[in-house]
Amino acid sequence: MELSGGEIIVQCLRDEGVEHVFGYPGGAVLHIYDALFKQKELKHILVRHEQAAGHAADGYARATGKPGVVLVTSGPGATNVVTGVATAFMDSIPMVVLTGQVPTPVIGSDAFQEVDTVGITRPCVKHNFLVKRLEDLADTIKKAFYIATTGRPGPVVIDIPKDITDPGIKIPYHYPNKVKMRSYNPVVKGHLGQIKKAVKILMEAERPVFYTGGGVVLDDAAKPLTDLVDTLGFPITQTLMGLGAYPGSGKNFLGMLGMHGTYEANMAMHETDVLIAVGARFDDRVTGHVKQFCPDATIIHVDIDPSSISKNVRVDVPIVGPVKQVLKDMLKVVNEGDKKPKQQALKKWWKQIDKWRAMDCMKYDKKSELIKPQQAVEMLHKVTKGDAYVTSDVGQHQMFAAQFYRFDKPRRWINSGGLGTMGFGLPAAIGVQMAHPKADVAVVTGESSIQMCIQELATCLQYDLPIKIILLNNGYMGMVRQWQEFFYDSRYSQSGMSVTPDFVKLTESYGHIGMRVEKSEDLEGAMKEAFSHKDRLVFLDVVVDPAENVYPMIAAGKGHHEMYLSPGSELV
Amino acid sequence: MRHIISILMENESGALARVANLFTARGYNIESLTVAPTEDLSLSRMTLVTSGSDEIIEQITKQLNKLVDVVKLVDLTEGGHIEREMMLIKLRAERTQREEIKRLVDIFRGKIIDVTDTSYTVELTGAASKLNAFIEAVNEELIIEVVRTGPSGIGRGPKGLSL
Ligand SMILES: Cc1ncc(C[n+]2csc(CCOP(=O)(O)OP(=O)(O)O)c2C)c(N)n1
Ligand SMILES: [Mg+2]
Repeated sequence: MELSGGEIIVQCLRDEGVEHVFGYPGGAVLHIYDALFKQKELKHILVRHEQAAGHAADGYARATGKPGVVLVTSGPGATNVVTGVATAFMDSIPMVVLTGQVPTPVIGSDAFQEVDTVGITRPCVKHNFLVKRLEDLADTIKKAFYIATTGRPGPVVIDIPKDITDPGIKIPYHYPNKVKMRSYNPVVKGHLGQIKKAVKILMEAERPVFYTGGGVVLDDAAKPLTDLVDTLGFPITQTLMGLGAYPGSGKNFLGMLGMHGTYEANMAMHETDVLIAVGARFDDRVTGHVKQFCPDATIIHVDIDPSSISKNVRVDVPIVGPVKQVLKDMLKVVNEGDKKPKQQALKKWWKQIDKWRAMDCMKYDKKSELIKPQQAVEMLHKVTKGDAYVTSDVGQHQMFAAQFYRFDKPRRWINSGGLGTMGFGLPAAIGVQMAHPKADVAVVTGESSIQMCIQELATCLQYDLPIKIILLNNGYMGMVRQWQEFFYDSRYSQSGMSVTPDFVKLTESYGHIGMRVEKSEDLEGAMKEAFSHKDRLVFLDVVVDPAENVYPMIAAGKGHHEMYLSPGSELV
Repeated sequence: MRHIISILMENESGALARVANLFTARGYNIESLTVAPTEDLSLSRMTLVTSGSDEIIEQITKQLNKLVDVVKLVDLTEGGHIEREMMLIKLRAERTQREEIKRLVDIFRGKIIDVTDTSYTVELTGAASKLNAFIEAVNEELIIEVVRTGPSGIGRGPKGLSL
């Protein structure tokens, strides 16, 4: 079979099992778009801004575990997609991003729509390629998928000059079914000696805690994690990225930890004697002040990426390997050994934890006439029976969604944790709904964040995506306002966001259903009505208390035991 | 502490940029860096001199290993190794100074490779510390220009860093 470069790209994607490509055309990729036009299998989703193509592919990957694929043109197409690439990079999301480039003979001449895409994206990709010869194209695409999806996943950019896709030049097509790279060999198994050593320490633990993160979700290791935690009877806290791996309603779950983590989770971290970290990276939003982090603990760390280990916090027992396999091996060692966890000590530990829990650190005023954002998220949970895919933007609403939706399954909570990209939620939901057409997909967003990719409402109409947008409208960049209230004496510098479009009308003008709710008593009805429209996008503008803050809160750089608690919470 | 890290990497365009980028992006020190192809044209060998605490050096080697183009790497400072750097140094050399400079070059086992009425250009090879010592030994006012390659290094003994 002889194919042109454009045709090779399309064929490679099909051979790779790709079903959806999120993109936007332009000069440098016209040959590729022409090849797309001539086939039916590969579905192209036309976004309204390349940033959204990145986030949509990213959301697709988070919801399915399969790599998301993006196609954009050179120059501005490539620069627009960078935010999407960086967002995926920070959260280790597998993605393959194809960018057009000016023809090879004019590279370096400041040609029309030329940018050094490989240079610009280098610091925020797992790897990138510039294809210089047509003969290398298929191999490069194979390598890109291999690199993106193995080891610690991440985005890979392939920059493709226009002459490479010339329809007039055809070569024999062959898609390699295997890749071998001498320079890239991700670890496939954790060291059994280390695993045994870790289990021995766990059996001696008196105040143990599991601290797990996005790596568990990425490696589909929810089942072995849950089994191990329940077998040992240890408490577990999860990071913002790890939510849903161990069920949010599970009895051993302490809630999220870190800056807006629960009192019980953060106190347990502070007092623990054995910390077992799995697929988590000791991010500063989690550790607070590293000098005060888990002061008494022996730390076990399971991670696929050796560079994550002892990066921010010194680890005592490192285990490098895929978390799923390591957790399974650990469970086996536990089950086959004759030692049991220290029941007496654990009982005492749980008693202490229950005291912390009794403080009810996330309580809020449920009698308020103004709708509380927490209440809106709880209502969303109720109406969707806790079974929706929830994407989010960045701010208070994101934290409320994380705290109050209580995700019971992995891959249901989809948010930009590492980069914290406002504008992520709606396009990510496009990717999720594309992957799961029948599922309830909700975007929990803020009036500031939603405006950063609002144009994607048109994409939702074009592809009949019945997404539900739950806007927690507080008239502020709430999270910014909260910091200004706490740390800048309430000087609300540029954080007001009262000037917004009429979201109901705006949504209607895009061809969707817009609704607005202002009173607590109307919330349930409105939410139910929104979700009753099974095949329509509904934008529900929920007017919430503008003064509400996210609690608990650890100020940046403070220790886990130094939390701001909600007014009315009392230490017991 | 000063470390010499020797890296075997794919001889791809951009590979050097990835290493350089890593150091700036993560704020690591980089004292010198040399690269050239090896007997296998698909590979290049890079020698990198850096400094930092043990934790930082551990991160540096891990992060370098993570780069897809890096095939293998070794921290030469962890074992017996030989380090060599070449320096070309142009010195003002007039009448009375000429004899003295020549003597100094001999002591350091260097070579004078270019001569004019008023100058000598000296080639000197050795560990970085030896080159530093030479620079210390000549009168500062006589130095016209110094060009150094940066160290390259190799492990002692019969074993080599190869695939
Ligand atoms: C692209 C981008 N710009 C700026 C920020 C900084 N930032 C973090 S939260 C926030 C406010 C978000 O406001 P809104 O979407 O209304 O959410 P709220 O906190 O009010 O729930 C800002 C500006 C960011 N995270 N991303
Ligand atoms: Mg807001």
